[in-house]
Amino acid sequence: MPPRIRYSTGLPVPTTDGIGHSNFEKQEPAMFGYFLRRVLAAVPVMAVVALFVFLLLRLTPGDPAAIIAGDMATPQQLEKIRTALGLHEPIHIQFLTWVQRLMNGDFGVSLLSNKPVTTLIAQRLEPTISLAILTIILTILISVPMGVLAAWRHGSWIDNIVMSASVLGFSIPVFVTGYILIQIFALNLGFVPVQGFTSISKGIGPFLERAILPALTLSSIYIALIARMTRAAMLDVLGEDYVRTARAKGLDEKAVLFRHALRNAAVPILTVIGTGFALMISGVVVTESVFNIPGLGRLTVDAILARDYPVIQGLILFTSGIYVLINLLIDLSYAFLDPRIRY
Amino acid sequence: MERSDPILKIEHLVVETTGRRPATILNGISLEIGNGETVCLVGESGSGKSVTSLATIGLLPKSALAARQGRILLEGEDLLTAGSSRLKELRATRMSMIFQEPMTALNPVLTVGRQIEEVLQAHSSLGAQEQRRRVLDMMEHVHLPDVERIYRSYPHQLSGGQRQRIMIAMALILRPKLLIADEPTTALDVTTQKQILKLIRELQDALGTSVLFITHDMGVVADIADRVCVMHHGSIVEEGSTDEILRTPRQDYTRDLLTSVPALMPREPRAEKSGEAILEIIGLGKIYSARSLFRPRQDTVAADQVNLVLRRGRTLGIVGESGSGKSTVARCAMRLIEPTSGSIRIGGEEISHLPRRALHPYRKRIQMIFQDPNRSLNPRLKVGESITEGPINYGVPRPNAVARAKELLELVGLPVDAIDRHPHQFSGGQRQRIAIARALAMEPDVLVADEAVSALDVSVQAQVLDLLDDIQERLGVAILFITHDLRVAAQICDDVAVMQKGRVVEYGPAEHVLRHPQQDYTRELLDAAPGKDWDFPNFRPLSSADLPAESFKR
Amino acid sequence: MATSVERRVEPVIRRRILPVVEVRGLGFASILAGICLLVIVLTGIFAPLIAPYDPIQMNPAVRLKPASDTFLLGTDAYGRDLFSRIVYGARISLTVGIGAAIISVAIGLPLGLLAGFFRILDAILMRIMDGLMAIPSILLAIAVVSLAGAGLWTVLVAITIPEIPRVVRLVRSVVLTAREEPYVEAAIAVGSSLPKIMWRHLMPNTLAPLIVQATYICASAILIEAILSFLGAGIGTETPSWGNIMSEGRVYFQLKPSLIFWPGLVLSICILSINLLGDAARDLLDPRLKQRGGLK
Repeated sequence: MPPRIRYSTGLPVPTTDGIGHSNFEKQEPAMFGYFLRRVLAAVPVMAVVALFVFLLLRLTPGDPAAIIAGDMATPQQLEKIRTALGLHEPIHIQFLTWVQRLMNGDFGVSLLSNKPVTTLIAQRLEPTISLAILTIILTILISVPMGVLAAWRHGSWIDNIVMSASVLGFSIPVFVTGYILIQIFALNLGFVPVQGFTSISKGIGPFLERAILPALTLSSIYIALIARMTRAAMLDVLGEDYVRTARAKGLDEKAVLFRHALRNAAVPILTVIGTGFALMISGVVVTESVFNIPGLGRLTVDAILARDYPVIQGLILFTSGIYVLINLLIDLSYAFLDPRIRY
Repeated sequence: MERSDPILKIEHLVVETTGRRPATILNGISLEIGNGETVCLVGESGSGKSVTSLATIGLLPKSALAARQGRILLEGEDLLTAGSSRLKELRATRMSMIFQEPMTALNPVLTVGRQIEEVLQAHSSLGAQEQRRRVLDMMEHVHLPDVERIYRSYPHQLSGGQRQRIMIAMALILRPKLLIADEPTTALDVTTQKQILKLIRELQDALGTSVLFITHDMGVVADIADRVCVMHHGSIVEEGSTDEILRTPRQDYTRDLLTSVPALMPREPRAEKSGEAILEIIGLGKIYSARSLFRPRQDTVAADQVNLVLRRGRTLGIVGESGSGKSTVARCAMRLIEPTSGSIRIGGEEISHLPRRALHPYRKRIQMIFQDPNRSLNPRLKVGESITEGPINYGVPRPNAVARAKELLELVGLPVDAIDRHPHQFSGGQRQRIAIARALAMEPDVLVADEAVSALDVSVQAQVLDLLDDIQERLGVAILFITHDLRVAAQICDDVAVMQKGRVVEYGPAEHVLRHPQQDYTRELLDAAPGKDWDFPNFRPLSSADLPAESFKR
Repeated sequence: MATSVERRVEPVIRRRILPVVEVRGLGFASILAGICLLVIVLTGIFAPLIAPYDPIQMNPAVRLKPASDTFLLGTDAYGRDLFSRIVYGARISLTVGIGAAIISVAIGLPLGLLAGFFRILDAILMRIMDGLMAIPSILLAIAVVSLAGAGLWTVLVAITIPEIPRVVRLVRSVVLTAREEPYVEAAIAVGSSLPKIMWRHLMPNTLAPLIVQATYICASAILIEAILSFLGAGIGTETPSWGNIMSEGRVYFQLKPSLIFWPGLVLSICILSINLLGDAARDLLDPRLKQRGGLK
């Protein structure tokens, strides 16, 4: 049998150790156990992220204090930072102190603006989150039907178009997509403003007017990824015996596709929506800078230009945390989708 | 038998593969099934019997196969020209199908009650209450226990037999005229198989359904068929009533099929050679414990207090149903898994707890033949490389190992030039011969054959069994033979151990165990063997004199 | 019963089933992709012969010139020939792409093999890999570059680190599947040592998916390098890379879109070609995966 590529999850693949037991009475504890195990599994992941970020600064050649303080720092400032970072302490003590501070919400202070990193992140949160949610909605609305259709009509022209579109989506860099969309819809056709951001609190119309192009840009990769995964998962499932059974029962294709096939394909599709989130965060950084949106992406770019390491570090920890959280929620949702996990 | 209008009539059906070079899969077959009749389509793998059934219900994989000629008439209506919406209407109402694997044939994320209900939703306009009532009613009909609970259950919470009952309930709830059953009991244990066959018979009588029953097993044919169609390479080579086919087969192919079916009677006992005990299993136990932080530890006892002795030149069979622990014992003996307790001795030497390095010299003395010859040979290695791998591990110079491999290939009945070919160039039976040659290359004292003929067609199975017999005769190797098939066990074993739930329930010479069983479980197994009343190779039913009296008293 | 083994030897039905190379199935698109990629590779190698101008030398006299006979695609804000810069840019992209693919496979393959075989190591290693995969790769790369400073090597390392977990996971999953195969048990039974089993029976299974994965990594690395340069966290601005050209062109986007359009086009074609070849390789090496069409 040729090797099967497993769906790569950021988090461990859902265990199926519930299979085979016919313990009707033990439903609740099994479900609770699954939840607890998933939550606990997220802890080492975050620990590794923290350790990595910590070691990155310490193991980079050169003086961490100098990196933190920037090029213009005086020796006195450097010394102050060394003391503040505890650089004189042994490395494991440094790590513990650092983690303790993180736990208390102390992500450090920006070199550029001297404000706490947490404040900076909080200020820039809204545009990014509203953009991300719009993107995810667009993505799911477009990509899942695309994938289902392509799998259903496997080998037809629809399938070919979906597959070609998805390869294109993967291959065209986000900023190129962004500039093409600006050129066409904003500059040539004048449908929407070129750049900028309007808060959703000012009304859904004005928000959409400015957010639709960036959301489309951002979703291009995401759509490609999820359409492909949906197609692959559906093709797998459509080859299963129970789909044949459903057809042998005389069900119509809609019921076969959605009630029987898509429900079973939902787990791998959701998994990729979760892991694809990392892809989207990368896209956010680029898209926001193309469309001049004052969100976390802009914050990142400003931090790069100023070599503001504390901000970059804070952003990594923050986005990784969100990523782990989203994947945790998706993991937990498996329990509702697949009774084999529940019981 | 007088047949008025047939329920199903297939006329000159031709099915070909799609693609640029179409190959013929069904070569113009014709058959008829009368009202309330059971017709068995019997044949070996690749004979086209499943394709016939899929073509009938209209579920041929479109991208691979297409019906090119002929007609399939269901009560006079041609299914090949019917539109897809008409076919949907006919399915479940006029014709239904049940499949081989009840585990995979049910949707894992929907409750089984819901899955039966769907049939009513699709084909009737009954209210929800009425639907539910009809479903529960049907579940009673297929003798499911505690129907309210099972209605809410998911497939993975049910046993294989229960799942197949659900499938049958689903298929028959709208009382179709025709039931197509594609190897519905092949994946089940014999005792379950017997119950399911009985259930199909019972419902058929009650509902007047006609059954197209597809099987490879002559025993099942003898038990269930009214008429038989023997298929071979996409054609029906012989057709007749069950009695005609089993007693007076006209075609050589049918005769070959029947003579290959091993008799349920143990063979003549061989002279007891007072060989030394080469493999001793004493008090063997194996417990799998599923540890989990948040659940009580769940122990599964796979083997418990197993005691067996295998002597040089003899064959010891371990028989039992799935989950009885027979494979666990074999794999413990091989030290492929670690036994929890007890001891394993090879030639008197204790090996059960030897570490890897110390075990090395003993490994070559006990070798294994696996069930699936498609997977037990590395597809990337040439046959020669696979056979010589072991001897080279033990320091045999390569040229010597290659020379020996050639001898062994001849011994197992393969051409010497097979040594430079890859496994996929051989058929299943030939691959199993290669696997045997690989095991023999180690010059073992013991061969462990784990369901070694179960994946093979019955005619090939007979050849491989003959080969094992022949090898034992020549080399004096002892064989530990694991099988679920009592016929095979009767054919090859000197001694038989019957296992159930990890324990050996009966153990003794084959003659005793299979002819004069002492334990209820053994009797149950023998009683459940399909076609037990027939002596297939001799084309006659077993006379009562041949029957082991105790076991078949009913 | 007779001992005639040859009673009825089954005919050799199955001929050798070569991995049937269907030229038709390979498709026009993959062939075109191959040609495009070949052109880009040759351009990179022979850049000094092809480029008409020095890609770095500034010439303020000819700032932002439109396309003409002298300047094939026009000039940038510093008066440098856009065509020459794009030609040299191919070198950077290809180096980063191929480099990241080779390094991540070289590190990921042995780690994945070990993880697939040793449970304890597996538990530790996979936690680390899960952690690494939780960090968005662009941010990780940005952090590395902002700490270690711009440069080809830094960028290469920064891009490779997030790819390693993907390779490890892939190899591990293949090994976990393959080690359940009876032929691996058969090898244990004939006394083969662990290294022998890994090398002879497990490792070959990973090669086909690895080749496919490596092409995807190559495409993704080129993309990330461009993004890093575009954001100003890539290879130093003095180096002509496609991302750098576009980064500098951003300011003049409304005035002179070709500064972004041309490098963007070449970059897209390059990545597209590699992805298409990756798909073709997957179809060739593993026909079963063909229908799955799983990228990453």
